[in-house]
Amino acid sequence: MSSTVVKPARDGKTPKINWARAEEAENFAKTVKLFRQGKIAPDSFRRFRLQHGAYGTRMTDDYAMVRIKLPAGEIYPNQLEKLAHLSEAFSIGSAHVSTRQNIQLHWVVLEDVSEIMRSLTQVGLTSREACGNSVRNVMCSPLAGVCDAEEFDATPYAIATAKFFLRNPLNQALPRKFKFNFTCCEKHGMVRMTDVGLIPQIRSIDGKTQRGFKIFLGGGLGNKSFVGHQLEDFTPEEDLLYTSIAVLRIFDRLGDRKNMARNRMRYLVDQMGWEQFQNLVLKERAIVRATQSVIVTLDIDNTPAKISNLIRISGSDGKSIPDGFSRWRKNNTYEQKQKGYHSISLTLEAGDITANQLRALADICREFSAEGYARTGFNQDVLIRWIQESDLAQLYSRLLEMGLANPGSLTMAHPVGCSGTTSCNLALTNSHRLAKEIQRKFLDLKLDEDNDLRDSSIKISGCPNSCGQHEIATIGFFGGGGRNDKDMYPVYQLSIGGRSDGETMLGVNVLRIPAKRVIPAILKIIETFKADKKPNDTLKSWIHKIITGHSDSNTKSIADIKKILLPFTVVPSITDDKDFYADYGNDSTYHTKTGKGECAA
Amino acid sequence: MNTKPIIDADSLRSLLRDNSVRVIDVRRKEDYKKDHIPKSVNLPLADLLSDDNPERVLKMVQSLGIDDQTPVVAYDDTFGALASRVAWTLQYLGHGDVSLLEMTYGQWKSLGLETDAGEPSIGTKTHSMTLKPEIMATADYLEKAKENKNVTVIDNRERLNYLEQHIPGSINIPYRTLASEDKILRPKDELKRLLQNRGISDNVEVITYCGSVGTLSGLAYYALKSIDHQNVKLYVRSFKEWKNLNKPIVKQENADYWDLSAE
Ligand code: HEM
Ligand code: SF4
Repeated sequence: MSSTVVKPARDGKTPKINWARAEEAENFAKTVKLFRQGKIAPDSFRRFRLQHGAYGTRMTDDYAMVRIKLPAGEIYPNQLEKLAHLSEAFSIGSAHVSTRQNIQLHWVVLEDVSEIMRSLTQVGLTSREACGNSVRNVMCSPLAGVCDAEEFDATPYAIATAKFFLRNPLNQALPRKFKFNFTCCEKHGMVRMTDVGLIPQIRSIDGKTQRGFKIFLGGGLGNKSFVGHQLEDFTPEEDLLYTSIAVLRIFDRLGDRKNMARNRMRYLVDQMGWEQFQNLVLKERAIVRATQSVIVTLDIDNTPAKISNLIRISGSDGKSIPDGFSRWRKNNTYEQKQKGYHSISLTLEAGDITANQLRALADICREFSAEGYARTGFNQDVLIRWIQESDLAQLYSRLLEMGLANPGSLTMAHPVGCSGTTSCNLALTNSHRLAKEIQRKFLDLKLDEDNDLRDSSIKISGCPNSCGQHEIATIGFFGGGGRNDKDMYPVYQLSIGGRSDGETMLGVNVLRIPAKRVIPAILKIIETFKADKKPNDTLKSWIHKIITGHSDSNTKSIADIKKILLPFTVVPSITDDKDFYADYGNDSTYHTKTGKGECAA
Repeated sequence: MNTKPIIDADSLRSLLRDNSVRVIDVRRKEDYKKDHIPKSVNLPLADLLSDDNPERVLKMVQSLGIDDQTPVVAYDDTFGALASRVAWTLQYLGHGDVSLLEMTYGQWKSLGLETDAGEPSIGTKTHSMTLKPEIMATADYLEKAKENKNVTVIDNRERLNYLEQHIPGSINIPYRTLASEDKILRPKDELKRLLQNRGISDNVEVITYCGSVGTLSGLAYYALKSIDHQNVKLYVRSFKEWKNLNKPIVKQENADYWDLSAE
């Protein structure tokens, strides 16, 4: 019977690009059935599953994590609402924003994954090639287009690159995963810590200006990390695609397919030596250019984004400015290069967000953002851009109602924590919860308001694999197990001085700190810094000087820092301090337990 | 016997025009008093649950002007879960014609459909009692039945609660899975596909349970009924009783999944 009852469609911007393919959901459902019937070997099923964006889950074959790709982090209101619904229907009622701008749904029953895929097609999203040996989500700084230091907006190039490689046969069976990171400027990007990193550049020759990129190759974090090399002074935009194809082809041809632990492209670059690799890329690019120029081009949509003039009742509606507004405003907002507009960043706890918060975000995008959608960032955060200055206070009130108004997003009070023992098979510690605990402590102590800490970062991984990017943190940690006679306790290796900006370097290991001493140890470092610093020092610059041997303060070396922290490494007996032997989020005594890792798959 | 388990808004509106239906609003009294679907009567779930002895419930039903032949429609503003529990209770008493409204009261209102603040005057009617044990599961029944390959036990609580503890052998379909974005239940083809994916075939007996009083699992009961699943039982006393009886429980071990929640 036809219904007279219809609900009017919600307005708001809708996505420009459909990344989805409906038949993939169907195919996934069928393949799961065949796998369960034993008609597909576990290894080939695993490859298939990962290629479609579904990871395994800690200690079980029954659940998966679905990683939804958001190229350049763009996410529209109807997509946020869809994810809200999916998180309640098929996951834990919260979703997770990752450090690579993906959104993940955890603890999904394997048999339900195809339902998620099916629903994603309704809003143009895909999880295809979000895991596995493929070109992963193409990242782009969430400030691209609004950053006052950028030369031009790299977003259309990131999107075009994602479009070109998604489902492209070139990238279906690479030796290993492959990552592109675009940025706006040196400060906001991570171009040297990825396979291909790109910074937009404009050069002028004979009075004519030309767009192009500074391209960095062969960087990356992991069990062994490397800083990327710059390919050439300037790569004109016409060469962007040829360069990308050339690099991928070389990796495909020469990358190590046997030794899983050493098969990211950075190992190839390291083995071969940079100069030889560089030559190879330039040669291969000439071949690609000569043979493919007519056929392939990047589909770059440079039409300026439509910025609506939102007619709103003024933010200063006579109501007083809500408590906490100025604290929030100081460290959660960014003044855009477009006068009168701000971008805001949300302080999530280790990237977790509830279904209702996702729905509220969708409404907020519609009502407050002149571009009408949101972007995920690099720090397990979400940004909403193009907000009029006069709307900030009212927006803050809305965030308060939704529990999304925590301060400190753009500061050290917003640590990154990988999934850890909440869901990852390889985890040794609950890095995820530790990140949350640190954040709560920092906000309690109002450390977000401390200008000296503003440009520092804390990042935590639950094992040496670096998913939490601890090596590029001012203060980084990765988890492991400690032992006192027959009792085990969770510990973290502490490293300091990592950074991912123009002076990218990996953090230097200091010592191992028991999990339950990590927070006091961080506070001790800060206390020492405060007592020791020169007027212009920030924590970041102070540590940088120490580890590069240029200290002008009383703390001269890593050994000095170690000495200060040594008291935190004292191990009490289990009868004196039972809590010491339990990890965060878990009352029972600690054991390391890991399953089969899928990082290499 | 039983007509269709779910009724759409248009059909309910035409039944209301013909005065040939008794609509039960399962929300709290205060909410009902503000406004409700015209001509509906109020039966807060708490009133029913305070003592759901069949004799007592029968009296309540009669006082709402329901006899054996009265078509009944129930609705709530809680995903349809509370209405399900009331509808199921009527069925258990032997009432043959009871349906759930396809949407919540909130959804009904957001569509601009008729509401009213007046309370209809109703006379008591007489209703017979023929209990239907085949739609109810007790703890002892469940404990034996779950060993049978042709029985599927479904836990309708949220995923994290399920991971923390559940009845051994049960599978988890959180109640939120059952709804679409604007109806209390998904379209039939979707529900069928969901169950098929989970390997639940038409001919198995299904027992649903949830946290305490059989509301969320009541909704699952109707989800299955909406796709004509024959043999469905509701474990009304659900997990709360199961735990109190110290029956076996299993847990998803060695993972700190609670820490992924942003609640
Ligand atoms: C040896 C195994 C692994 C290695 C070497 C590895 C390495 C990495 C690295 C380096 C990153 C940082 C992101 C970036 O490239 O900037 C990352 C991200 C991530 N990894 Fe892993 N990983 C491994 C296994 C896993 C496993 C088993 C899981 C859990 C299912 C996992 C979950 C994640 C998540 C959630 C992210 C966040 C970023 C994203 O969306 O891609 N990783 N991984
Ligand atoms: S760093 Fe280790 S624990 Fe954390 S997500 Fe990666 S593999 Fe898992």
